[in-house]
Amino acid sequence: MSGLAFRAVTHHFGRRIAVDTLDLEVAAGEVVCLLGPSGCGKTTTLRLAAGLETLQSGAILIDDAVVADAGGALPPEKRQIGLIFQDYALFPHLSVLDNVAFGLGRGHSVAEAQTALDKVGLGDRGRSFPHMLSGGEQQRVALARALAPRPRVMLMDEPFSGLDVRLRDKVRDETLALLASTGAAVLLVTHDPEEAMRMADRIALMRAGRVVQLGTPESLYNRPADAGAARFFAEANTIRARVGADGRVETPLGVLSGAGLAAGTAVEVLIRPHALRPVAAGEGVAARVARSRLLGADSLVEFHVDGAGAVVSARIAPPVLPAPGAEMCLSLDLGQCFVFEDRGDGPK
Amino acid sequence: MAVGLALFFALPVVMVAAAALTPAGETWAHLSETVLPRYIVNTVWLMVGVGIGTAAIGTGTAWLVTMCEFPGRRLFEWALFLPMAVPAYVLAYAYTGLFDVAGPVQGLLRDLTGWSVRDYWFPDVRSLPGAIAMMVLVLYPYVYLITRAAFLEQSVCVLEMGRTLGCSPWGAFRRLGLPLARPAVVTGVSLALMEALGDFGTVQYFAVDTFTAGIFRTWLGLGDPVSAAHLAAMLLGAIGFLMVAERLARGRARFHHTTTRYRPLTRLSLSPLAGVGAWLACALPIALGFLVPATALGVWALGEEGMATGAFLTYTRNTLALAVPTAVLAVGLAVLLGYGRRLGLSAPGRAAVRIAAMGYAVPGAVIAVGILVPLSTFDNALDAWMREHFDISTGLLLSGTVGAVIFAYLVRFLAVAFNTVEAGLEKVTPNMDAAARSLGRGPLDTLRRVHLPMMRASLFTAGLLVFVDVMKELPATLMMRPFNFDTLAVKAHELASDERLAEAAMPSLAIVAVGVLPVILLSRAIATSRPGAAQGARG
Repeated sequence: MSGLAFRAVTHHFGRRIAVDTLDLEVAAGEVVCLLGPSGCGKTTTLRLAAGLETLQSGAILIDDAVVADAGGALPPEKRQIGLIFQDYALFPHLSVLDNVAFGLGRGHSVAEAQTALDKVGLGDRGRSFPHMLSGGEQQRVALARALAPRPRVMLMDEPFSGLDVRLRDKVRDETLALLASTGAAVLLVTHDPEEAMRMADRIALMRAGRVVQLGTPESLYNRPADAGAARFFAEANTIRARVGADGRVETPLGVLSGAGLAAGTAVEVLIRPHALRPVAAGEGVAARVARSRLLGADSLVEFHVDGAGAVVSARIAPPVLPAPGAEMCLSLDLGQCFVFEDRGDGPK
Repeated sequence: MAVGLALFFALPVVMVAAAALTPAGETWAHLSETVLPRYIVNTVWLMVGVGIGTAAIGTGTAWLVTMCEFPGRRLFEWALFLPMAVPAYVLAYAYTGLFDVAGPVQGLLRDLTGWSVRDYWFPDVRSLPGAIAMMVLVLYPYVYLITRAAFLEQSVCVLEMGRTLGCSPWGAFRRLGLPLARPAVVTGVSLALMEALGDFGTVQYFAVDTFTAGIFRTWLGLGDPVSAAHLAAMLLGAIGFLMVAERLARGRARFHHTTTRYRPLTRLSLSPLAGVGAWLACALPIALGFLVPATALGVWALGEEGMATGAFLTYTRNTLALAVPTAVLAVGLAVLLGYGRRLGLSAPGRAAVRIAAMGYAVPGAVIAVGILVPLSTFDNALDAWMREHFDISTGLLLSGTVGAVIFAYLVRFLAVAFNTVEAGLEKVTPNMDAAARSLGRGPLDTLRRVHLPMMRASLFTAGLLVFVDVMKELPATLMMRPFNFDTLAVKAHELASDERLAEAAMPSLAIVAVGVLPVILLSRAIATSRPGAAQGARG
């Protein structure tokens, strides 16, 4: 397979395990996002692929050729990879054009660097120095520099988090288009689920050094592998219950399918705030408004529901903004509710 | 390789430490009965005096220029560094010349009063209190430098919080600012004390018997290397104690950065009378530590009894022959060690680099002993062997060569270059290394194309600092130089010791003049790199 492959890669820092028997493949032309909280091992994985960390066990392949395994490792400069960091790491003592030409051989480098700069729309800024550019422009120079030597694999470490929120979406789309035109295998590290869903063909959700779930953004969002995966994409109300004799789970907010678990099993029921919908009086479950806030596109409304313990949060489309104390009826969108066996590791 | 290098430069220090474990001869027994108590008492008094003096002047002036507004404050802010350019022994020559019986001060006194020499008592500069005064005047900038930085960094928000909780401006300083700056004061004083412990020129010239003077005398006067090494080991122990104290103070200082916000200080404006007091408090150390001695030296150097130009050029050439190669080598080695460490070193490697970087704290006299003992042993063994087998005398092959002196300088000053180069390396973020490597450049190519161009200024500064330190260095040069090879510092010392102060003025002044360069660099670096400086300029 052309592209990047990890085979049973394990990495320790002292006694702490950073990456735990990781198997992952990124095909040429594909964008895979490593998604997870800080410390989950995603950046270590990327640095292993780049050769910036020495591989301890397992193997890493680029275009079916081993670049690192127990027998040794190619240094980063021999791997034909492109790297992009959150801080871009432009060389401050070199002009923009020289930065882009840095990775090219002698001779034809200036023309090629100029072409690469033209591609990111900065053809006229070649003589500027990095500090004279805006954050978005610096990001594009970093992209041009990494792409100019035509890498087979692009490795990106939080490449957009240095950017202003308004600029970020635009730069993401441009970057994606440019990456697609090169056909490189792209591994992108991020802690932002929305960014992962926007960029990735496939997402590898990591936790404590392991890939918890691997799949398309749609499958990760709609069919999370466990409660942690569900929570990572969106906050959720958690209700603890047991599977009834009929295989179903009864909660104060409604009845759900028991997900095939045996009767009597303790379960966590995750209900996303968007799953709660106001309905006409007499339908659904009665609830009393505790607090409400208009947040823009949504309103955040917190309800007291008999038997549910703590308040239940719901996201409701405006213009509905009920006053505290108001009585309402709520029904559940079962597509955004998940039932998992309660292993006692969720929030109390 | 970096590990090997680092260990190589740690060797002399290890040699001296090991000497403490070898049994000493009769001389040592004799020394410890007769002069050792005096060495200890004098050294302790010197420490106490220098400690109190530098703490008072350094902290006081630092507080005045950071927290108060008075005429001349901006000038004092950097001028207070100036005495750093003057080696204590040069100051000693200048004040001896000024306050001597035949000097201008006593002369003026006699002219004014009509007394004769026997009619009055005048304090003797060449005494323990005199030595303390000389060292306080040139070493207080260490305390000033570090304490001022601490005041600038820590206190804006904390002090303002104190004010809202009901402290007066002075109360806020006394109850918050000063306690928070205490680790910085301790650090500065320990650095000043290390310098004072290592001082040789002043105490030797003033005939105050401290450890360094004792090492020199035992080595050359009694010709007893083992006892000299024992003294050196004791001195090393005292330095080690100070280093631990300094490390502890720094460790604590880390907790004191509770805020990352920096804002320009609102300075107290002083009443006219207090303003005059503040002005005097800042002007006096500068005048006494720099202006007066520099002027006196200048007048003598230009006078009839000044050194002949030809002789001066010879000594300058000798000095350059030592300082330039040392500076270049030190910077090269520092780059090698720093980059090696960055490429990833094992724990023992890091420890070795740390030990090699410790040399700066070790007095030159101690390093000289640490090098000369093994070298002369080797030379004598080789000489004996050659004589026995080939009937040829090789004499002293290694000791007393320029190479040996430069090695001693490198041991002592590698740390200066290393720290500066490290600071420069930090400007190159690890991500830049990674970017260069991923773009197909090997480690050496990356060093050449990315690190070195970005660190040019640091490399220059490192070289300059080593150059100036070598120019000032006295004890190691005196003990190790080739026969009849006089540097500016050595010649100044010899002439002053022969009471030919006017002739000593020219080389002394040259040392001070070159010493001013890094002071200027330092004050400029501080002005631009100060946290909050940019906001201050905008706001």
